[in-house]
Amino acid sequence: MDFLRPASWSEALEAKANHPDATPIAGGTDVMVELNFDQRRPTTLLDLTRIERLAQWSRDSHPEGDVLRIGAGVPYSRLIGELGTSLPGLAIASRTVGSPQIRNRGTLGGNLASASPAGDGHPPLIASEAEIELESVRGTRTLPVSDFFTGVKRTALADDELVSAVHVPAATGPQQFSKIGPRNAMVIAVCTFAVALHPQRGTVGTGLGSVAPTPRSATEAEEFLAGELAENGRWERPDPLPESVIGRFGELVARAAAPIDDVRGTARYRTHALGVLARRTLGWAWDEYRNGTETSGRQGCA
Amino acid sequence: MRLSLTINGRATTADDVWEGESLLYVLRERLGLPGSKNACEQGECGSCTVYLDRVPVCACLVAAGQAEGREVGTVEGLAGEDELSTVQRAFVDTGAVQCGFCTPGLLVAADDLVKRVPEPSDAEIREALAGNLCRCTGYEKIMAAVRTAAGSGSPATGSGESSGEQLT
Ligand SMILES: Cc1cc2nc3c(=O)[nH]c(=O)nc-3n(C[C@H](O)[C@H](O)[C@H](O)COP(=O)(O)OP(=O)(O)OC[C@H]3O[C@@H](n4cnc5c(N)ncnc54)[C@H](O)[C@@H]3O)c2cc1C
Ligand code: FES
Ligand code: FES
Repeated sequence: MDFLRPASWSEALEAKANHPDATPIAGGTDVMVELNFDQRRPTTLLDLTRIERLAQWSRDSHPEGDVLRIGAGVPYSRLIGELGTSLPGLAIASRTVGSPQIRNRGTLGGNLASASPAGDGHPPLIASEAEIELESVRGTRTLPVSDFFTGVKRTALADDELVSAVHVPAATGPQQFSKIGPRNAMVIAVCTFAVALHPQRGTVGTGLGSVAPTPRSATEAEEFLAGELAENGRWERPDPLPESVIGRFGELVARAAAPIDDVRGTARYRTHALGVLARRTLGWAWDEYRNGTETSGRQGCA
Repeated sequence: MRLSLTINGRATTADDVWEGESLLYVLRERLGLPGSKNACEQGECGSCTVYLDRVPVCACLVAAGQAEGREVGTVEGLAGEDELSTVQRAFVDTGAVQCGFCTPGLLVAADDLVKRVPEPSDAEIREALAGNLCRCTGYEKIMAAVRTAAGSGSPATGSGESSGEQLT
């Protein structure tokens, strides 16, 4: 086996162009499990952990609002520690990944490229309409996160491309995320839900995980809630939301799911649980908005 | 390949390493450092926890080639010349060790916690140790040991059973 250890991003792109079959390895928390269990024997491993650029993030100003550019190699522990205020939804989701050891090592780029339907990083990125930056020696392109995923464990990455970064608009309102699993730590999600409120634009974002081959949003639910909030002047006078609104939102979110039965749960359970998550997270997010509490990247309490 | 890295402060080399094998395998099978345990090889149990550039990670999930030139700290490096580290002492005194298989990983995870967080709450201790499984103790004594090591509270909490005079 070849083990390539590029020291710079340009070297990494060269290496990937010259070895299109090379398996990139970042935190290794997916790749090494496959290697240890002989599920994969790559001819070439391409180590990305020495590339400083991949482990950096920056905040860029745009007329429509700040955007965080997060290098593909930033581990969860840093997303939690450094970006909890700018991207609370992503930070909450990151807190639910594996264990401290996994979060110290696992990266957003690896989570995206693995494209597991249960990737916990995906729903908050969908809810925030993030974009994925892909790069090769041929150049750079950015894709909406929803176009990046093409199927179960399949992505839009070409053979010579690497994920360089994720662009996520900074939160302009409360964001929440919730995940169902047998316990708090170390679980693959049965289903997940992310919600982002955008008071200035008067819109709502959603992200559903582990309930379809690829992560998706619940467009009908978003439109329903945004309409409801606008029509009744709720952004300006944020009273508690009527049960009927919260309930309808939950129903519409559940309707957007296309889950399967598997060892972690039945499709029916997933759909039900997703509706519950949608109602709860909306409740937490709306309370935050009403109380004007600073978004912290911490989860509400179930 | 020949792998060169620093382990517990000492420059070390290992020969005939296959780059795709795990750092855990290198430590245990090539370098005679069996302290870090191998139980699951998939990041689930934490018994292989080591410091990699001062950050606790599962050694089973680090490719040997990724460890080239890095600094690794294992359980073997926690104790001083003649005495156990604070966390090790607390585990012994509190009775937090039964079969001992989980202990090396827990020691590294707990060592990291008490160095980072001055007086961790129980919730913080649980969170810090969430990646380490123990099938013997039921975790209560482990919690007590970490509280003792962190100087954040009486080790007797809950169990009604205290070994009395451990903190110096
Ligand atoms: C014990 C355990 C618990 C886990 N818990 C969770 C969980 O709760 N939630 C969750 O979502 N995941 C979980 N995972 C899965 C895994 O930790 C995440 O998917 C993680 O984000 C992977 O990142 P990594 O850097 O470790 O990826 P790696 O293993 O290094 O790579 C993963 C894949 O991405 C490719 N890749 C990596 N970086 C790039 C790049 N820049 N460009 C192109 N391709 C790239 C690799 O070739 C590989 O195919 C868990 C894993 C373990 C072992
Ligand atoms: S052996 Fe590494 S986590 Fe279990
Ligand atoms: S003491 Fe036996 S596994 Fe923890």
